[in-house]
Amino acid sequence: MLQVNSIYKTFNPGTVNERVALNGLDLTLNDGDFVTVIGGNGAGKSTLLNAIAGTFPVDAGSIILDGTDLTGLAEHKRAKYLGRVFQDPMMGTAPTMQIVENLALAARRGDKRGLKWGITKDEYEKYHEMLKILELGLEDRMTTKVGLLSGGQRQALTLLMATLKKPQLLLLDEHTAALDPKTAAKVLEISDKVVKKNNLTTMMITHNMKDAINFGNRLIMVEDGKVVMDVSGEEKKKLTVAQLIEAFSNI
Amino acid sequence: MNLLGALFSALPGAIAQGLVWGIMAIGVYVTFRILDIADLTVDGSLATGGATCVMLIRLGLNPWLALLCAVASGVIAGLVTGLFITKCGIPPILAGILTQLSLYSINLRIMESKSNQAVSVDKYSLLASQRYVRDISIFNPLVLLTVMLLILMILLYLFFGTELGSAIRATGTNQNMARAQGINTKFNTVLGLMLSNGLVAMSGAILAQYQGSADVNMGRGAIVIGLAAVIIGEVLFGKVFRNFFLKMLAVVLGAVIYYIVLQIVLQLGLNTNDLKMLTAILVAIFLSIPYWKGMLDAKKAGAKKEVK
Repeated sequence: MLQVNSIYKTFNPGTVNERVALNGLDLTLNDGDFVTVIGGNGAGKSTLLNAIAGTFPVDAGSIILDGTDLTGLAEHKRAKYLGRVFQDPMMGTAPTMQIVENLALAARRGDKRGLKWGITKDEYEKYHEMLKILELGLEDRMTTKVGLLSGGQRQALTLLMATLKKPQLLLLDEHTAALDPKTAAKVLEISDKVVKKNNLTTMMITHNMKDAINFGNRLIMVEDGKVVMDVSGEEKKKLTVAQLIEAFSNI
Repeated sequence: MNLLGALFSALPGAIAQGLVWGIMAIGVYVTFRILDIADLTVDGSLATGGATCVMLIRLGLNPWLALLCAVASGVIAGLVTGLFITKCGIPPILAGILTQLSLYSINLRIMESKSNQAVSVDKYSLLASQRYVRDISIFNPLVLLTVMLLILMILLYLFFGTELGSAIRATGTNQNMARAQGINTKFNTVLGLMLSNGLVAMSGAILAQYQGSADVNMGRGAIVIGLAAVIIGEVLFGKVFRNFFLKMLAVVLGAVIYYIVLQIVLQLGLNTNDLKMLTAILVAIFLSIPYWKGMLDAKKAGAKKEVK
């Protein structure tokens, strides 16, 4: 369970560029919730995900995940509990390292890294099987440098890396926004499959209203650094794109 | 013919120097290529290594132990630069310059306020000395240098294959990704700098023994020579040498080739004072090639489109 308790974040305080990004935002996620997050540009969606991931400290409030207080933890320490896929396909992988090396790095998320081998023999086989699920042919290119992959392939790989070690919370930050429609649909489909298979608690930011309705069991809208709409279950299933757009204009 | 003869007799010396600087160049490779930082600390830590080693040998310490202490001095220099970057938020280039500058004073302290301290092979049993470089014997420094480099390269190859070594590589290539995978990028940056400067100081320690003295200016421009070695190695062998061990070998060969070419141009009558400038021009040209090539390719692609 994720509890976000009235968190505040102001960027560039005391300057002309001062911007309140999170304004006492409250949110509780139950285990297994797959929440789609929508909201206008600058509403605070990405800031919310980054605050949970620890990219920056929040000004006030607390973030508690399954009883662990994340609020004061450094980004790399929180990584133990979190899986993340970013909007920019360049951000989630190490381009100069092989596909298999990237996976091996992800398999050790949250572990102490010592002088044991970075990749063991059995890992190759394990990753080969996992890459097959993506249906992108990556299983035959395991020693290829990730820098040579396309954006869609990278996002699919990042997704696999984020879930290789089961995270307590999966954060998808507009992870299909930079992809062409066909690839985006494919990555979304893989995401949905992975989330359902592992019953992952997930937050997914999207600008696509249809996706926001079709995926997940719950939908929230963020505006001015707060959650302004929160629908789930049957109510969410009945939502239409037109209703959502109207909700947007009412804010 | 005379020229060739002179060149031939200078060849062993050039190779030995190239091998000594090869250790240094591997250190530069660790920061410049793996960590993606141009670390200027090395200009200071090379001399620190030399000074520490020479002074300890003069005090009667075993040369191997002195070498070890020299490595430790370089590791500490790397630690300081690393902390400047990660704890003080100073940009890497500036952090390196700050450490390098302060090392100049520290090196003078180590050398008891003299700019040069000799260590004679007659008095001490040095690990490597210029004097025997043309001898056919086990004391020829080329033997020890080759063995040392091989061991170092094997150890580094193994290290960068471990979880910790992989974490350093990930830190160098994508900090965002590294943090998202739970890697402490600050710690790994510091660790990489410590490793690199330890290697550089080791090179300085052997260089000082090889030439029979430590000099406070021996590291001036070292970063540029290290970069020259890295780049020459990549340009000449990059297409063939793909694995990390071979990449290190390319760097060492780059250093050797650099010193052989240097010998040739010196034999041809080049003024020694112009050396640094020539090295700088060489590095500038090789660093520019990828950029120019990119521009040219873009132009070509543009031209093709217009034709269509």
